[in-house]
Amino acid sequence: MSETNLTAAQAPVVASGRSEPTIGLWGWVILAVAFAYAGYAMRWDWLLDWYPQLIRGLGTTMLLLATTVFLGMLLAIPIGLVQVFGPRWLSIPARAFCTVIRGTPLLLQLWLLYYGLGSLFPQFPAIRDSFLWPYLRQAWPYAVLSLTLSYAAYEGEVFRGAFAGVPKGQLEAARSFGMSPWHSFRRIWFPQAFHRALPTLAGETILQLKATPLVATITVMDIYSVAAQVRQQTYLTYEPLLVISVVYIIVAMGLLKLFATLTNTRYMRAPN
Amino acid sequence: MALTHSPEALRAEGIRKSFGSLEVLKGVDLTACKGDVIAIIGGSGSGKSTLLRCLNLLEHPTAGSLRIDGEEVGLTPDGRGHLGAASNAQIRRIRTKLAMVFQSFNLWSHMTLLENVTEVPVRVLGIPRDKATVEAMELLDRVGLADKANVYPAFLSGGQQQRGAIARALAVQPKVMLFDEPTSALDPELVGEVLKVITSLAEEGRTMILVTHEMGFARDVANHVVFLRDGLVEEQGLPAQVLGNPKSERLARFLGNVGRTSDHSTDYGRQ
Ligand SMILES: Nc1ncnc2c1ncn2[C@@H]1O[C@H](COP(=O)(O)OP(=O)(O)OP(=O)(O)O)[C@@H](O)[C@H]1O
Ligand SMILES: [Mg+2]
Repeated sequence: MSETNLTAAQAPVVASGRSEPTIGLWGWVILAVAFAYAGYAMRWDWLLDWYPQLIRGLGTTMLLLATTVFLGMLLAIPIGLVQVFGPRWLSIPARAFCTVIRGTPLLLQLWLLYYGLGSLFPQFPAIRDSFLWPYLRQAWPYAVLSLTLSYAAYEGEVFRGAFAGVPKGQLEAARSFGMSPWHSFRRIWFPQAFHRALPTLAGETILQLKATPLVATITVMDIYSVAAQVRQQTYLTYEPLLVISVVYIIVAMGLLKLFATLTNTRYMRAPN
Repeated sequence: MALTHSPEALRAEGIRKSFGSLEVLKGVDLTACKGDVIAIIGGSGSGKSTLLRCLNLLEHPTAGSLRIDGEEVGLTPDGRGHLGAASNAQIRRIRTKLAMVFQSFNLWSHMTLLENVTEVPVRVLGIPRDKATVEAMELLDRVGLADKANVYPAFLSGGQQQRGAIARALAVQPKVMLFDEPTSALDPELVGEVLKVITSLAEEGRTMILVTHEMGFARDVANHVVFLRDGLVEEQGLPAQVLGNPKSERLARFLGNVGRTSDHSTDYGRQ
């Protein structure tokens, strides 16, 4: 796979961060009408009471996203790596992990961990007496764990391809000039694999953002669960959902911008 | 080689190499004294690349011994039926004395030409960056690429990439330079510029071992030619003798075939 193919295939993801698509005159008109209607026909007074919770919920969502993307990536790198050059006793479990996690619904994994592990743990006094117990009784560790595993499985697959795509000859050149395996990984293999993976990582991170509301089902107070509370207490259905939709869109656009600035394709020939 | 009395730069003895049941090298001896330019010729699949790669242990030989720059390379069974380096530290140190130039250049594509040239001096040999940069610029100037220092390899022609790879190799101040068909991947019109650089290296007395299909080049630049066939040295000696007056019929036939297929091989680097 050449880098030009990769950038071409991922072009939509990167492009939206690079060039600003204009929505045109009619776009603005429709948007203005929608806002006018929303302001006139919908109720927004609840925002005054609820915005602190919404902001806290957004904080939880962002923290969850950042933590699980970071930890997931740390896991994904070795998972991808051992599938490319690891011994079989490592590469087979890594591949199995990716297949199982990617092949089952995230909601199922979340519930299996929270209700399954979460109800298994109290039966072991050793765990109940350990310093971890105050955390294991809460919901968020299970949310972090399952979102991390999910991200790691998808990214492990991405990194596998990215590591395999770095030309062998360049690694051989590194070896022939006396670089240690770690040096060659750090300076040659990883940087190129990471650049190859970045466009896909951008898309996967946005999917991860959109998967976070699932944690509301195990009582983690993310921004979605705040919106659900608003609905229960004010009997307003659309308004809170519209507000958090706009928030998700803004966060997603910010992420795209971030990844577009991270993506260094200066050394790749532009696809023509 | 036997003609000169300069000290030994590289000595390989009894090199054998098998891939599974295929025995590619069947006991090859090769000695390069300081200043020698040895050309290895032979048909496709005769084991030329494998021999070269055994010299810096990119490939683990099945048997044999290596001495580089007067230092015996510690070899030990690698658990897969071959001989690997006994000491990782030693083989890394020795590899920095043997710079390799590859058929497919293999410049690091995420680094500029200058970064490619300074990477090993700075991060493996521990030379201060300022000093390494000055030296790298001199080398790039020497191979005619001073104006391309900040360009990434993907934006260079094959000939420029290969000259860059030669600068990268020179930057480690190698005792022996290994070239594996440095011009085979190039368009014919780019071959000359690379051969010219290699010729200038030979003229300044560098020790080089090069696998090549350019017979005219081998005749002019090498002081010793080795004809490899089927994993064995079939014939070797002075270029004029080996290339001009082959003893074995196989070499004669090989030279006849090469002569017919590569016409540009004689007009390298001549303006
Ligand atoms: N990694 C490997 N695994 C298995 N067989 C190999 C490997 N590398 C080389 N060989 C085999 O060893 C033999 C010699 O290969 P080598 O590349 O040394 O030949 P060569 O003389 O360099 O040929 P060419 O002129 O085509 O480059 C060939 O038959 C090749 O198929
Ligand atoms: Mg070869």
